[in-house]
Amino acid sequence: MKNLLSMEHLTNRELISIILRAEEFERGEQPTLARSYNIANLFFEPSTRTSTSFEMAERKLGCTIIPFDANFSSALKGETMYDTVKTLEMIGLDAVVIRAKEDEYYNELLEGINVAVINAGDGAGQHPSQSLLDLYTIHKEFGQFEGLNVTIAGDISHSRVAKSNAIALRNLGVNVRYLCPPEWAGDFEAHHSWDGLIEDSDVVMLLRVQHERHAVNSGFSKESYHEQYGLTVERASKMKKNAIIMHPAPVNRDVEITSELVESERSRIFSQVRNGVYVRMAILETILKGRE
Amino acid sequence: MSEKFTELLDGPSMNRAITRIAHEIIERNKGIDECILVGIKTRGDYLAKRLADRIKMIEGKPIRTGELDITLYRDDLSKKYETGEPRVKDVDINYVVENQKIILVDDVLFTGRTIRAALDAVMDLGRPSQIQLAVLIDRGHRELPIRADYVGKNIPTSSTEQIVVNISEVDGEDKVTLHKMD
Repeated sequence: MKNLLSMEHLTNRELISIILRAEEFERGEQPTLARSYNIANLFFEPSTRTSTSFEMAERKLGCTIIPFDANFSSALKGETMYDTVKTLEMIGLDAVVIRAKEDEYYNELLEGINVAVINAGDGAGQHPSQSLLDLYTIHKEFGQFEGLNVTIAGDISHSRVAKSNAIALRNLGVNVRYLCPPEWAGDFEAHHSWDGLIEDSDVVMLLRVQHERHAVNSGFSKESYHEQYGLTVERASKMKKNAIIMHPAPVNRDVEITSELVESERSRIFSQVRNGVYVRMAILETILKGRE
Repeated sequence: MSEKFTELLDGPSMNRAITRIAHEIIERNKGIDECILVGIKTRGDYLAKRLADRIKMIEGKPIRTGELDITLYRDDLSKKYETGEPRVKDVDINYVVENQKIILVDDVLFTGRTIRAALDAVMDLGRPSQIQLAVLIDRGHRELPIRADYVGKNIPTSSTEQIVVNISEVDGEDKVTLHKMD
């Protein structure tokens, strides 16, 4: 594995290998990198959670983090992504972690770039490290994927998480279902009611309602979304005994999920954040080791 | 006689161990084309089937499987086999083993005598290029020079303790427990 750009590029074998390595890191095993690698985190779109998690993972791997502030970079002067990354490569970086607004920005980096590229989210495209941490959270809980029912609820058509997760989950034998208001379904075949979905879900994966996208839409209110599509206490009480609740965060309390459920026994919302560090360590270690 | 027991593995951790072994088998053998998984009845056979499912999920293609029925005086788990060696009762491997890698699968590795019987049974069929061994639990106390290539969990035990493996296909739930006899 040279880069991590999209879940579509990962084989099940690579994916399972990352999950198992993350499990070892969680058990306290130490990384085995030959040296301290130089990494920069290029966040052209703000994301405190993802960038902090990557930085923690990099520190735990003993990497040297080269500061890069997208707000003061030459990208503002019109430098292409290719030129920015090539420049960092020439300066001596081993890997760059990139979050950008453009879908598949990495396509311009496929040729001529030798530094490793880790996609930390591209536009409305993919967010592979989030997907892998979601898969890790599911595997940790159930020990397997085959035959599980996962319901993804929220703004399916605009969600990076929904897209990246759906591909991987299906490949692993998971039965994926979607729930959202009809106008948010996009190309997805979605359910529009929790009836019949909540009772047999092993995982309810909620997505953040993106107010910034929908505030302008007439007829949308937080209350009505919560009532029709949110995970309420009453709905959660119908879940299977061992079923869990996931959410990539940040959470809009009382919109996609009733506030008191966020830290309920079924919820893995905060453990997902902790899992993210182990998974990002596994991703970075795998890629950097490939360069040794 | 009072009996205390400790749970060593619950359902999810047993399944995670199976994922790990499945992945190690694929990595070590660089794929599964030459491999045949052979479960030792009863629980090793169910474990082999689960491993086969997991391997198929990871590799996208099936692995060949077979089974061995080995009779042993195992009803009394606290005693080693005082009367004679375990014997092979039935061999169900419907493939040519010549130059193939046979991966034996059992639930618990203890004295190694069951595995020795399994090795004999496989060698009677031909000459595999390798025989490997996968076990869910290695509890130590070997009486023969046999070791496992893939281990779900190592559990140091005293010889007076029992390891009980429950598998949902036969026992209704997945669970490994350690029983202390006193």
